[in-house]
Amino acid sequence: MKLTLNVWRQKDRRSPGSFVKYAVNDVSEHMSFLEMLDVLNEKLQTEGQDPVAFEHDCREGICGSCGFMVDGRPHGPMPRTTVCQLHMRSFKDGDELVLEPFRAAAFPIIRDLVVDRGSLDRIVGAGGFVSVNTGSAPEANSTPVPKSVADKSFDNAACIQCGACVAACPNAAAMLFTSAKMQHLNVLPQGEPEKYERATNMVLQMDKEGFGHCTWHGECAEACPKGIPLSSIAAMNMDFNVGNLLRTPPTSGGDGGG
Amino acid sequence: MELNSRVPEGPIETAWSRHKFNMKLVNPANRRKYSVIVVGSGLAGAAAAATLGEQGYNVACFCFQDSPRRAHSIAAQGGINAAKNYQNDGDSVYRLFYDTVKGGDFRAREQNVYRLAELSVNIIDQAVAQGVPFAREYGGLLANRSFGGAQVSRTFYARGQTGQQLLLGAYQALERQISAGKVKMFARHEMLELVEVDGRARGIVARCLDTGEVKSFVADAVCLATGGYSNVFFLSTNAKGCNVTSTWRAHKKGALFANPCFTQIHPTCIPQSGDYQSKLTLMSESLRNDGRVWVPKDPADCGKNPKDIPEESRDYYLERKYPSFGNLSPRDIASRAAKQVCDEGRGVGPAVGGVRRGVYLDFADAVKRLGKGSVSEKYGNLFEMYDRITGEDPYDVPMRMYPAPHYTMGGLWVDYHLMSTVPGCFVLGEANFSDHGANRLGASALMQGLADGYFVIPFTLADYLAGVKPGGLDATHAAFKDAEGAVNARTQQFLGIKGKRTVDSFHRELGYLMWDKCGMGRNRAGLEEAIQRIPAIREEFWKNLTVGGTGLELNQSLEKAGRVADFLEFGELMCIDALAREESCGGHFREEYQDDGEAKRNDAEFQYAAAWGFNGVGVAPTLNKEPLSFNYVKPVTRSYK
Ligand SMILES: Cc1cc2nc3c(=O)[nH]c(=O)nc-3n(C[C@H](O)[C@H](O)[C@H](O)COP(=O)(O)OP(=O)(O)OC[C@H]3O[C@@H](n4cnc5c(N)ncnc54)[C@H](O)[C@@H]3O)c2cc1C
Ligand code: FES
Repeated sequence: MKLTLNVWRQKDRRSPGSFVKYAVNDVSEHMSFLEMLDVLNEKLQTEGQDPVAFEHDCREGICGSCGFMVDGRPHGPMPRTTVCQLHMRSFKDGDELVLEPFRAAAFPIIRDLVVDRGSLDRIVGAGGFVSVNTGSAPEANSTPVPKSVADKSFDNAACIQCGACVAACPNAAAMLFTSAKMQHLNVLPQGEPEKYERATNMVLQMDKEGFGHCTWHGECAEACPKGIPLSSIAAMNMDFNVGNLLRTPPTSGGDGGG
Repeated sequence: MELNSRVPEGPIETAWSRHKFNMKLVNPANRRKYSVIVVGSGLAGAAAAATLGEQGYNVACFCFQDSPRRAHSIAAQGGINAAKNYQNDGDSVYRLFYDTVKGGDFRAREQNVYRLAELSVNIIDQAVAQGVPFAREYGGLLANRSFGGAQVSRTFYARGQTGQQLLLGAYQALERQISAGKVKMFARHEMLELVEVDGRARGIVARCLDTGEVKSFVADAVCLATGGYSNVFFLSTNAKGCNVTSTWRAHKKGALFANPCFTQIHPTCIPQSGDYQSKLTLMSESLRNDGRVWVPKDPADCGKNPKDIPEESRDYYLERKYPSFGNLSPRDIASRAAKQVCDEGRGVGPAVGGVRRGVYLDFADAVKRLGKGSVSEKYGNLFEMYDRITGEDPYDVPMRMYPAPHYTMGGLWVDYHLMSTVPGCFVLGEANFSDHGANRLGASALMQGLADGYFVIPFTLADYLAGVKPGGLDATHAAFKDAEGAVNARTQQFLGIKGKRTVDSFHRELGYLMWDKCGMGRNRAGLEEAIQRIPAIREEFWKNLTVGGTGLELNQSLEKAGRVADFLEFGELMCIDALAREESCGGHFREEYQDDGEAKRNDAEFQYAAAWGFNGVGVAPTLNKEPLSFNYVKPVTRSYK
C-alpha cells in the first residue's frame, strides 16, 4: 500500500519545527509502524536527506522508548498497543497520517519525534522506591503478600514509563504515571512504611517538573498501552491527602542536637 | 599470556565466604574519596551502581537510552532461577550449580558457577524487599515454576515481565541514590573509549547523544555492564540498540575477549516476514509444552493451507527424531532440527530471499485434549501477542516459528573478581564470559546479572580499590586527550565518506553472513569463507557509507555507524574462534564434529576458555587458553534420543 505522512521535523531543542510531507510506497501490511519508518529513513538517507529521528529500542512494547502521536493519538489507533507493536494492517492504501512528538511542557522536544522525558525519572527519584539497601533484606517468604494485593501492585507496576498518558492529557498532567509508580509500592507491605512520605514527595516533584493538574478527563487511561486504571489516581489522591494531614513540620535542629 | 583466574582454593561450598573474608575492605569514611564508573544500567549495571552508591562511593552511571529503566534487561520474560527450594522438590544450591555446569556443556569455571548458585537466594530476598511483585500462591507465598526442562521448580516469575519487574527494582534503587547525590546518571551517553593510565583503567570517553558533545570521565575503576552482542546477526531477539561497542573498545585496549563464538539460538521466535524486518520477537518456550512441531513431508505442500495437509502428509520431526523428549528437546537441538527441515525445502510461511523459514507449532491437538478454555488460560496472552504481530489467530491456524539469536555466552574474559585483563576494568552481566559456558540455561541470565551487580562487585571492587590511591588525575591527562581525539576523528571519518549505502544495509549484509556461516550450524568451509568476506564488507563500509548531518546533534545514523563498525571487526573474531574450536559443545555446533546430529565434545583438546588478544584490525589475534578443571561435576555426554 501507499501512504502519505505529515511528519513533524525539528532540528534541535531551540529551532522551530514544521510538518513535512512524505510519500511512502511499497508498505507491506506485515510491517510494524516503526519498520515502515525505517523504510522511509533508508530512502531519505540514500537521497542525502536527514532521516526522521524517533526513539525505540526493544520493539516489543516493554521498554517504553517509543511513542509519538499518530493522528492525534499517542501510539496510534490500536488500543493497548505501543507504536512499535502497531502493524500496518491497521491502515489502508491511500491513508494520510500526521506524526508528531508527545507534546508537554515537561517534555521538551529534542529532535523530530524525540522528546526529553527525564522528568519522569526524577519523579521516581523523589520517592518511587523502597528504602532498602542491598544486603539488608529479610528472607523473601517471611512476609506473605495476599495474591490479590500482589496482583493489584502488579497492575500498576506494568507501567512502561512511555509518557503516553501525559501526551493524551489536555493538561499534560503526569497523574496516571505517578499514581501507577506510587500504587505499585504503596499497596505492598514492603512499601507501606514510606507510603505517605512517598505520596507527598512524588506529587511535589510532579508539580515542580511543570506537569499540569488533573481535571479528570480520563484520556490518560484510554491512551495507556498497559491499561493502568484511573482508580490509581484516586488512590494516589487519598494517600497524598492523608500524607498532608499527617505531615508534621520539621522541628528545628534537624539531625543535630548531639 | 598467563591467565590467573584467582579462584579460591579449597572446598567449593565455602570458597566464596572464605574469599570474602580474605579480601581487603575500604573503610566507610574513605569510600567517598573513590570514584567509580559503571557503564550500563541493565540488571547488572543498575544493581552495581545502586549498591556502590549506597556504600558511599562516588558513582557515575551511563546508558545510551533516555532512561536507565529502558536497558535491554527490561524485555526478559520467563523468569529468574534461585535455589530456594520452596517447593521442597529436591532443589539445593548444589543442584543449581550442577545443572548450570552441565547445561553449559562443561565449558564454565566451577567456582564461579557455585558462587552464582549460592547468591541466587539473596537476589530473591532483595527483589522482594524492593517491591518486585513476583507471582504468588493464594496463601501469599512466592510461586515457582519449572522452566526450560528443569526437573525442579526453581523459577520465580512476574507474569511475562520478569525482566521489567526486576529491573524496576534495581532502577528504583538507582534513582534513590541519584536523588541522594551518590550516583550521577548520564543517560543518552555512549561510551566510546576506555582510558588507561599507567596500565590501569582510569576512565572513559563518552559522547552525549543529545548534543554530540564528547567528554572524558575520570575514575579509580571502571565497570562495564553493557550486555550481549547478539545483534552482530542483525536480526535477533535483542533490543535494537544492543551492541558490542564498549567491550570491543576495551578489547582493543588490552582486555581479552573470551569464547566469542558461544552464542545461544532460541527455537521459538516469530519468523521473518520480509526484507524490511528489523528484529525478531521471542515467544515463550512454554508453548512447546502443549504445541506440536511439524512441517509437510513433501516440499510441494509447503505453500498450502495447513488445514488442507492431511495427518499422514505431516512430519512431526522432533517427535520422530527424539522420541523421549519430542517437542521439549533442548533449545539447541530443536533449533538445529528446524533449520535442517527448512534447508531441505520443507519450511512454511512466506519465502524471504527465496526460502521459506518457518515450522508449524500446532495447538489443534491441545485444544482437542484440554479444551479451548484451558489452552487460552495457559497461553492466551502469547496467542494475542502472536496475533498482533502476524495477524493470524493461533486457535485457527498453527503458529509459525523459527529460531533466532538470543543470548551470547561469550564476552570479556574476567577472573573470579570479575576483573578483565586490564587492571581496574571490571565486567558484569552478559558482557562477561563467566558463568554459562557454551550454553546458558533458561532463567539464569537475570540471576547472573543481579548476582554480579548486587553481591559480587561490591566486595571485589573494594578489594581492588583498597590497593590503589584515590584520584590524582584529571581529564587534562594526555591519555584522555588522545582518546577524545580518537573519538572525534572517527566521527569526522564517518561523516566524510559520503558514499551511497546506509549503515543498516551494511549491518544486514554482515548479519545475514554471520547467521549463515556462524549461526546454528558451522563448518570449516563456511567459516573460512566468512573470514574472507568480512574484511571485504568492512572495506566497502569505510568507502561507501553514507551518514548525514553533523557530529554535534542527535544523529542516530552516526550512533549506528559506530556500532556497526565495531560489529564488522568483532564478527571476524567470532568466526576465527568458531573455526579454532574443532568440537561441538553447547550452542557451538561444528557440523564436522557430530554423532548423527548429536554434538561431539572434545574434552581432551578443548576443555578450556579461549581468551583472544587483539593485535590490530585484520591482524590474526592471539589465542590464550584458560584450562578448565571439573572436580565436582564430572563431564558426561548429553543425549536426548
Ligand atoms: C527477549 C528476551 C527474553 C529474555 N528472557 C530471559 C529470561 O526469562 N530469563 C533470563 O534469565 N534471561 C532472559 N534473557 C536474557 C537477559 O535478559 C539478558 O541476558 C540480561 O538482561 C542482560 O543484562 P545486562 O545487565 O548484562 O545487560 P543489558 O540489560 O543489556 O544492559 C546493557 C546496558 O548497557 C548500556 N550500554 C550498552 N552499550 C553502551 C555504551 N557503549 N555506552 C553506554 N551504555 C551502554 C545500555 O544502555 C544498557 O543500560 C532474555 C533476553 C531476551 C532478548
Ligand atoms: S520500542 Fe520498546 S516499547 Fe516500543
